[in-house]
Amino acid sequence: MPKGRSLLPTIDIESVGFDAGAHLLVKLALGRVAVGEVLRVRSQGEGWEGPLAAWCRSQGHAVDFDAAAGHIEARVTRGAVQAGRWRAAAVTGAIDPRADNAVLPQAEARWGLAARGATVEAGSPAFAFRLSRKDEVWADSAATLYAEAAAAQWNADTAIDWNTAFALPDEVEDAVVQVMTYMVENENAALVVPARFLGQLHPHFREVQALLAIQVADEARHIDVFTRRIALKGRQPGLSTAGGQTSLKTLVDEPDFSVAQFLLAVLGEGTFVSLLNFLNQHAPDPVTRQIARLAARDEARHVAFGMAHLGQSIAREPALLSRLGNAVEARYEHLAGTSGLNEEVFDALILLAAGGTRPADIAAGYGRVQGLLQDMARGREARLAKLGFKGEAAHRLASLHTRNFM
Amino acid sequence: MSTTLVMGAVAYAPKVVTIWEGFKAWFREQGLEFDFVLYSNYERQVEAQFDGTLDLAWNSPLAWVRAERIARARGLQVSAVAMRDTDQDLSSVLVVRQDGAAEVAALKGRRVGFGAIDSPQATLIPLDHLRQAGLVAGRDYTAQRFDVLGGKHGDHIGGERDAAVALMAGEIDAAWMIDGNYMAFANEGVLPSGATRILTRTGLYDHCNFTVSPGAPAELIGRFTELLLGMSWDDPAVRSLLELEGLRAWRPGRTSGYAALARAVDDEAFYDAEGKILAADYRY
Repeated sequence: MPKGRSLLPTIDIESVGFDAGAHLLVKLALGRVAVGEVLRVRSQGEGWEGPLAAWCRSQGHAVDFDAAAGHIEARVTRGAVQAGRWRAAAVTGAIDPRADNAVLPQAEARWGLAARGATVEAGSPAFAFRLSRKDEVWADSAATLYAEAAAAQWNADTAIDWNTAFALPDEVEDAVVQVMTYMVENENAALVVPARFLGQLHPHFREVQALLAIQVADEARHIDVFTRRIALKGRQPGLSTAGGQTSLKTLVDEPDFSVAQFLLAVLGEGTFVSLLNFLNQHAPDPVTRQIARLAARDEARHVAFGMAHLGQSIAREPALLSRLGNAVEARYEHLAGTSGLNEEVFDALILLAAGGTRPADIAAGYGRVQGLLQDMARGREARLAKLGFKGEAAHRLASLHTRNFM
Repeated sequence: MSTTLVMGAVAYAPKVVTIWEGFKAWFREQGLEFDFVLYSNYERQVEAQFDGTLDLAWNSPLAWVRAERIARARGLQVSAVAMRDTDQDLSSVLVVRQDGAAEVAALKGRRVGFGAIDSPQATLIPLDHLRQAGLVAGRDYTAQRFDVLGGKHGDHIGGERDAAVALMAGEIDAAWMIDGNYMAFANEGVLPSGATRILTRTGLYDHCNFTVSPGAPAELIGRFTELLLGMSWDDPAVRSLLELEGLRAWRPGRTSGYAALARAVDDEAFYDAEGKILAADYRY
């Protein structure tokens, strides 16, 4: 053997053909030589030269064959094509959100759908993700809240004792159905709002993406169980009012992520947690109580994300506080001409909490609903104060919240 | 004189529109007015190189052979200005089942699968290869053609795939394909891993080139060639175009890789010396 020849890196592909993955053996071996250097390829197979030459051609490597030693050897010179592909590729942060420069202030359109931290080829297509700034969407607690949400998912078939026997007076059953009808309508808003943002959110913020996705799944499950409660005794859904839907439409139409989080999560779903706790305590049947207890747990997480996101945003940009206050005022004025919570829902809540139609029942139910309204207002005021609204402002904004609750 | 360079290309697949629209936009960005005309077959495209329609054409190797013959017969000249790196030094392989013929001579009396009648890589050059080895189709073995889209000169690989399928079904004893398709058909599962082997391989040949028509504006052709050869794989703006067209770099054209094809064209009586079509059952 000529001197020096044995120094060439060599790969023996044995009898593995190019119809059986031989290209990968060559590719891995080429990865260990520098661009411009030669890899010697040997094979015990037959007719491997053509497919090897074709593969090298397609990959931009030069190849020639040498039959000197009584058997054929290929000499593959590694080309620069693969290296060229990754020139000017984008660095896209890193996987662990707690690390420095992992979640970057601005996610670029051309990072597209790549995993955060992936190396993205220059020339990748630009995706129009409107929510691409960290300060618009981020909360440090998103990953933790998502993990909690994933662990707390429940199966509507097994978590609720649908077969528990009970019978309510017709008027009370009708009241439960009306409240559930109203809940479905509100949860549709709570599903659609994060779902719309989800489609506009840059996947770079994957923890927020995951959290919004599981919120959407939560709401779908709530809509399912509320609907099943409506149908449990053979009823159809009750009434839906123009005023109620007008109030919800202002949420669906809100384009700003932070303002929407504020109106929906902090004020709306926060208020809903009070309502669900009320139902858990006062609903006249065990199925409704179970449903309310499970849904309240989920909604409390949604409120927690809204509070965390806004807490961080306000700390960075104190002026956001007045923008949020203005949003409440604007919504109040927009809804001033509507009737607020519809009479059927209000009366249904009284009947539901009464559990019967005797004068004493109704009076007790009425008292409980009054207590609910006070509890809702206190909760709103406390959350507003926590975000930094001073005493009087928190009190006033809490009172301006839509009479439709959500 | 027109200031727009007009190129012909054959629409063998829908992606051809994407490719040349991309090149057109890129050439215009570089200041070269460029347009293209699509043909359904190479025969009509080559003829348009002699009636003033086209300044140049993206030609198959067989189209080059014909253009070169027509030009010579008329005392004119065509030239090949550029080709892909992946157009140089190709080969075709003859695939048999693992238990099939052990040597080329054993194909005597057997059925051998070819591609389209006008495919340089899967029919004409392979016919020549076997003829040089002493085997003539119809006399020594049965040639079974898998004809897909006549006039596309084998650019559509469907014929080669059909032959590979027929080989695995036991309908033929051997199948020709371009070297790269052996791995491609294995990846598709058409050729099960380890079920076949390569019996023989043709000599190296070249594939497509940009053929300049007689009398084309030299300055525009020069600018076109200069821009092409300057396209860099490292530039993300052009890499997608190069990937679509299946190359890493453009190379200066050469005509040294068409000898086996030209011999096959004569031996199989496909065109005459003046580029007239002789093959009787050729439809395009």
